[in-house]
Amino acid sequence: MKKNGRLSPTDWILWGLTSATIAVALYAAFLYAPTERTMGDIQRIFYFHVASAWIGFLAFFVVFVASIAYLATKAVKWDILAASSAEIGVVFSTLVLLTGPLWARPVWNTYWTWDPRLTSFLILWLIYIAYLMLRAYAGEEEKSARFAAVFGIIGFLDVPIVYASIRLWRTLHPKPVIAGGGGSGLAPQMLTSLFIALGAFLVLYVTLLHLRIRLEKVNRAVRQLHLEANR
Amino acid sequence: MSYFSGIAAVYWKDVLLEFRTRQSLSTMFTFCLTIVIIFNFVFEPGSPAVVEVSPGVLWAAFTFSGLLGISRSFSFEIDRGGLQGLLLCPVERSTIYFGKVLGNVTFMLLIEAVTFPIFVVFYNLPPSMNLLGLGLVFLLGTLGFVAVGTLLSAISANTKAREVLLPVLLFPVAVPVLVATVKSTGPLLRGDDLAQVASWVKLLLAFDLLFLAASSLTFEFIVEE
Amino acid sequence: MIQAKGLTKIYGTRYALRGVNLIAESGEILGVFGPNGAGKSTLVRILAGQAKPTAGTVTLCGHSLASEAAQARACTGVVGHLTYLYDDLTAVENLRFFARMFGLHLKESELINRLSQVGLGGREHEPVRHFSRGMQQRLALARATLHNPRVLILDEPYTGLDRQASLFLDDLVRNFTRTGGTVLLVTHDVDHGLKIATRVLLLVSGRVIDEGPADAFSAQSIVTAYETGRKVQQP
Repeated sequence: MKKNGRLSPTDWILWGLTSATIAVALYAAFLYAPTERTMGDIQRIFYFHVASAWIGFLAFFVVFVASIAYLATKAVKWDILAASSAEIGVVFSTLVLLTGPLWARPVWNTYWTWDPRLTSFLILWLIYIAYLMLRAYAGEEEKSARFAAVFGIIGFLDVPIVYASIRLWRTLHPKPVIAGGGGSGLAPQMLTSLFIALGAFLVLYVTLLHLRIRLEKVNRAVRQLHLEANR
Repeated sequence: MSYFSGIAAVYWKDVLLEFRTRQSLSTMFTFCLTIVIIFNFVFEPGSPAVVEVSPGVLWAAFTFSGLLGISRSFSFEIDRGGLQGLLLCPVERSTIYFGKVLGNVTFMLLIEAVTFPIFVVFYNLPPSMNLLGLGLVFLLGTLGFVAVGTLLSAISANTKAREVLLPVLLFPVAVPVLVATVKSTGPLLRGDDLAQVASWVKLLLAFDLLFLAASSLTFEFIVEE
Repeated sequence: MIQAKGLTKIYGTRYALRGVNLIAESGEILGVFGPNGAGKSTLVRILAGQAKPTAGTVTLCGHSLASEAAQARACTGVVGHLTYLYDDLTAVENLRFFARMFGLHLKESELINRLSQVGLGGREHEPVRHFSRGMQQRLALARATLHNPRVLILDEPYTGLDRQASLFLDDLVRNFTRTGGTVLLVTHDVDHGLKIATRVLLLVSGRVIDEGPADAFSAQSIVTAYETGRKVQQP
């Protein structure tokens, strides 16, 4: 816990680790990895694009697990974890949706390719946003925790089916083929860079989660004090 | 008392109420018809674009009007404490869920059955359609939409934002239903047989089963504090 | 009879009920009093099956709410300040619905009989929308007693009732306990409550601060207890 406005040892470790891994990831993505044959340097965005996607998905999985745990135990800590992970997940998902078009436009001359994975991510992003709106409009804390937990479960269960449906749609109606959505036939250095980027973003996620959880705990404590003062 | 008599009781109560007031059905039908008509203005009559887009228009009309009915299915219960009253009864909470789902499916199918002929007339569709196949897709699609919709309606009716929140919650989650129904309705309207759209039907079936199960299990956490 | 042990309910980080113990035996009318925010509504919601306790046990007519919920519900009748009735259905249609939900196979004549018993004879086929508050409450009583419960939970049942309806309710409550039923009555009207109750339970800030036979309490002593949060001083 932050005392006297100073950072705790955990904070130092997390920030240090994040800075270090991001630095290494930047090096790997921009310098270490070779330039892609057909797409050129713009392809380097792929490392962060894919890493963001994995973390965005992981964050939602954490929401799913925390939601089940909350309904099973009604312990507030699970609700705090779910709320925090959802917010951070939105950030990473937004990154995915921003980097996708940035990559697509110069390479395939179109901002949006309706690629199954990217489109599923768009829907996942919408579900995340819906989740956050539900939290905002639910009313009392206990209600918002309960309702959000149910929606977190339903939303996550939906993701594979969303992906299946969009994929089926795209395979039955192949439009101008967008080859290599990512990951096919990567040079070993590229694969390494991808893993480094993934690791860096994972550390970033954990750091942000740690901070967000702490913030949420303080928020709730303040709200509680307000309630008691007004009684 | 059996599990099913609880479901039946909730179902018949809702049907009786609806035929007494006709609030849901009339607004649903009007809205559905309006959407079908409005989209007509977008296209040149008789152009190939009309045929390609018509399944989408149909399902937009069905789901938007279905949303009205689904959101009403819980909002009217909140006012007099109807939902709280149901909890007093010695029934499993999921029977309330299934009773509501059956009610919503009935109303939505009714609207679909009445709107579809009108739609065929306006969009000048040839009579060679696979009616049985369409019936199956309408049923499975409606069931899936209602399965999640009913659960989410129970949630949104209990929030500050009330029914306004329901479309935000429902449409992203219902994307598989929307894609599958639209994509299978097209070929079936042209007269293709069911085998052509088998994968979509299977997807719908999977969605229906998964979400009927998941929703019935989580429903009690919504209605009980 | 009604029994709660260590009943606790937490909403988020707020304690609505904290370690509440209560017993009401057959033939007793337990009056539950407390200031606003004391937890009375929460207590009723839990007994009515509308909320689940965070900790503690509740037993109704010998059935545990946790493991035998359906049986507990089947022997309990609840009248709240919300009527739980459907405005657009008639009185008899409302009863028929609840009869089905309670697994009762009652004939039409029996339902109409019940309505006469609560003074609604002749109005069976009118939509509830046209009923006055007093009539709606009578219908709610018919609904609550339809399945011949052994326990009756009443939450602010006198709100909006005229004198005649009030007296009717008093009679019904006394008759109910005369045949061995148990009643738990929550009301903010301390004077009226003390007239009816045989035992009293005082709830303040989610805790039971005092309980005892009704004649050991006076309206003044109860209201004082709200402020002090301490046991009523016995004379």
